[in-house]
Amino acid sequence: MKSNSPLIKIFLGLYLVIFFGYLLGPLVIMSITGFNSNGFPRVAPWECLTFEWFEVLSNDKRIINGITNSFIVGIGTVILSVVMGLAGSLVLIQIWPKLRSTYYTIVIAPILIPGVVLGISTLVFWDRINVMLGFSSDSFLHNGIFQTILGQSTFIASYCMLVFVARLQRFDTGLTEAALDLGATNAQAFRKILLPFLRPAIASAAVLAFLASFENYNTTTFTFGKFPTLTIELAQKVRYGINPSISVLAFIIVALTIIGALSFEIYQRRKQLALANGAPVGSVSGNFQLPKFMRGNPASIVLLLVALGGFSSIWFANVYSPDACKVEVREQKRLIQQEQIEAIKQQQLLRQQEEAQQGPDIFSPDNSLVPKTDSEPATQGGGSFGNVFAPQNLDEAGPESDAKEDAGGSEASTTNSGNSTFGNVFDPSNLDQ
Amino acid sequence: MKDGVSIELQDVWIRFGDFVAVREANVHIDGGSFFSFLGPSGCGKTTILRSVSGFLDPSEGKILIGGKDMAGIGPNKRPTALIFQNLALFPLMKVWENITFSLEVQGVGKAARRKRADELLDMIALTGQGDKLPSELSGGQKQRVAIARALCAEPDVLLLDEPLSALDLKLRQHMRTELRQIQKRVGITFIYITHDQGEALTMSDSIAVMRHGIIDQISDGEAIYDDPATPFVASFVGENNVFRGKVKSIDNGMAVVATNRTGDLRCRIGTAALGNLQTGDDAMVFIRPEALSIAADATDAGNHIKALVINEEFEGLAYHVFLEGDAGKEIKMSITNQGKARETSMNKELVLEFNPEQAIVLPFGELASE
Ligand SMILES: Nc1ncnc2c1ncn2[C@@H]1O[C@H](COP(=O)(O)OP(=O)(O)OP(=O)(O)O)[C@@H](O)[C@H]1O
Ligand SMILES: [Mg+2]
Repeated sequence: MKSNSPLIKIFLGLYLVIFFGYLLGPLVIMSITGFNSNGFPRVAPWECLTFEWFEVLSNDKRIINGITNSFIVGIGTVILSVVMGLAGSLVLIQIWPKLRSTYYTIVIAPILIPGVVLGISTLVFWDRINVMLGFSSDSFLHNGIFQTILGQSTFIASYCMLVFVARLQRFDTGLTEAALDLGATNAQAFRKILLPFLRPAIASAAVLAFLASFENYNTTTFTFGKFPTLTIELAQKVRYGINPSISVLAFIIVALTIIGALSFEIYQRRKQLALANGAPVGSVSGNFQLPKFMRGNPASIVLLLVALGGFSSIWFANVYSPDACKVEVREQKRLIQQEQIEAIKQQQLLRQQEEAQQGPDIFSPDNSLVPKTDSEPATQGGGSFGNVFAPQNLDEAGPESDAKEDAGGSEASTTNSGNSTFGNVFDPSNLDQ
Repeated sequence: MKDGVSIELQDVWIRFGDFVAVREANVHIDGGSFFSFLGPSGCGKTTILRSVSGFLDPSEGKILIGGKDMAGIGPNKRPTALIFQNLALFPLMKVWENITFSLEVQGVGKAARRKRADELLDMIALTGQGDKLPSELSGGQKQRVAIARALCAEPDVLLLDEPLSALDLKLRQHMRTELRQIQKRVGITFIYITHDQGEALTMSDSIAVMRHGIIDQISDGEAIYDDPATPFVASFVGENNVFRGKVKSIDNGMAVVATNRTGDLRCRIGTAALGNLQTGDDAMVFIRPEALSIAADATDAGNHIKALVINEEFEGLAYHVFLEGDAGKEIKMSITNQGKARETSMNKELVLEFNPEQAIVLPFGELASE
């Protein structure tokens, strides 16, 4: 069966586009919104290319505080989880074979238990302990950082253990025996033979633990106490309305991840290459040409381009000033606003004139018999209420309605009267006017 | 140079659950000697070695090193160094660090270790290769590094578990002589494990032949080859033509065996079987290919075997002639190459003879690889 029929190719291409669109689309969109001067994270309408949200982000005390807490918790979790995971995996490898599967089930269980449950149990458990020990309610056992680290480690340690077990299964226990035979104590054999062998696994487990801790919400939400982590802060922010500084944060995280992944990949490939050539790692250094690993690996080229884009935009941020654009946009908005005010005025004028004309006829037979018709009062009623309930005037009711519409993210209405009647008076970017 | 330390296994049994890996082993190994355990795969050689080095406690019996009972003494406290079957070089350490690992764990400084490593590298003819990783060495070089690493610990006893099995023939032969030289130079006791009889015969002062957990015979190479204690040893060490039959008569250490297919053969009773072989017992006669020759006078009343040449092989040192005796009995004869014209040719009917002293009768028993 040959699969080079054009139909299948098209299908495959389409599938890939959808697949990657699904995977990366949200990230790309979100990153782009971080550069729009619009006060709400959105791509359309595109107003001005701006970097002001970086500044807003860096001035956001709560976000910064959240990041700091996340880092503290992350580092604590890494240390605790890696140590516990390593211990757990060593026991698993050496335990009496009959007990092994039972033990495995027990230590793997936290991964299967919902994070919410772990969070609640952590909270309750340490509270009980605190009471039992007779500590005051502000003891370290009640500290948010302490509880969050312990709570997250309950299941992250299991992840780490799996990483270690995978590596340990390839360990030749003969090496430990050889070390013992040569006079090493058990501790020396562990430190000099097993630990160096596990080093790559320790590194991956640490990265895994850190990422799992950084992005954790379920468990943390019960344990953070007075130390909200980044995820907690973000969740709270969403509740009270957000601005594109969050997109900027997302962009920074995505960019850092890509750069990290790329440099790791380059390092690995280079090492492989060096090993394949039988040369020491350091000797394979960069003469400037497309590195070998790039050829036939479009994904890495894309990654590189994205990273380059990130760097150049940072550079661009220092050179480019969006002020001119903003002034223009503001001017445009003002014009539209004025036009609309004009239009409303004209409408009102027209209506007054009509009323003036109709006024004398109020006692005409047509009008005196009010309940007679259904259709006419509708139009007339509308007129007599001064179109207060007309859709485009509804917005005049107050600032809340505009905010609501923004929060709802109604895309189509932003282009019509809804926004423009007010000339974006309530747009955060215009507030300083 | 050290004085070798003697080793003694007294009634050692080693069991894994119900499985008996070593059965009642009694071995005495002289200090400073080169002792080999020889046996087929899975017969318990490694198990014995691991119990000597302390990774395994015997289920019963005692192990003494230098007269001292080793019960309860861990591998890192015993005066032994083991060269593992798979070498077990530390893959993440450089060659010189591998070699001096035993010094590192004693806290010897780096400069001193480096110096010692260079000395040992000279000894194993790997001068200047100390900064490589084990993965960058050839098989034979790894081998030598493993030996150097074990010697660096200055053990009283060096235990070697089939260290040459992974090497090609040429290198193996070279390493054999090298190992023997090293042993003579350092003068410590070597316990060597192999399933290659050539290795055992060429290197050892003494050999123990094992068969699934049982030690059949302990003696020097000549005795093992010329005077095997059991049919297993006779068939495992070197080649042998086996003739089954019944003992017809016994006199003065010689027996006449009525074989099933080849008629009556007169031969010497193996030393181990002297006294416990009776007339009428089932017995086996073992005649080595090189003990057979073409009868000078086919009419006298000696040991004669009639056979037809069906194949010939020339090996340089000797001709191997494959013959078919009565009732399809296969017989192999080896004739030393003396540069003379051959007397054998395909499909030729021959009468073979042998010296009764070179044919051994043993009680019926298990053969190797049957
Ligand atoms: N830890 C163990 N548990 C159970 N059985 C074992 C164990 N170690 C070895 N055995 C068994 O003991 C027997 C002897 O094993 P051993 O490793 O001593 O063989 P060996 O003579 O060294 O063979 P080889 O020449 O193949 O290395 C084998 O049948 C093996 O299956
Ligand atoms: Mg073995």
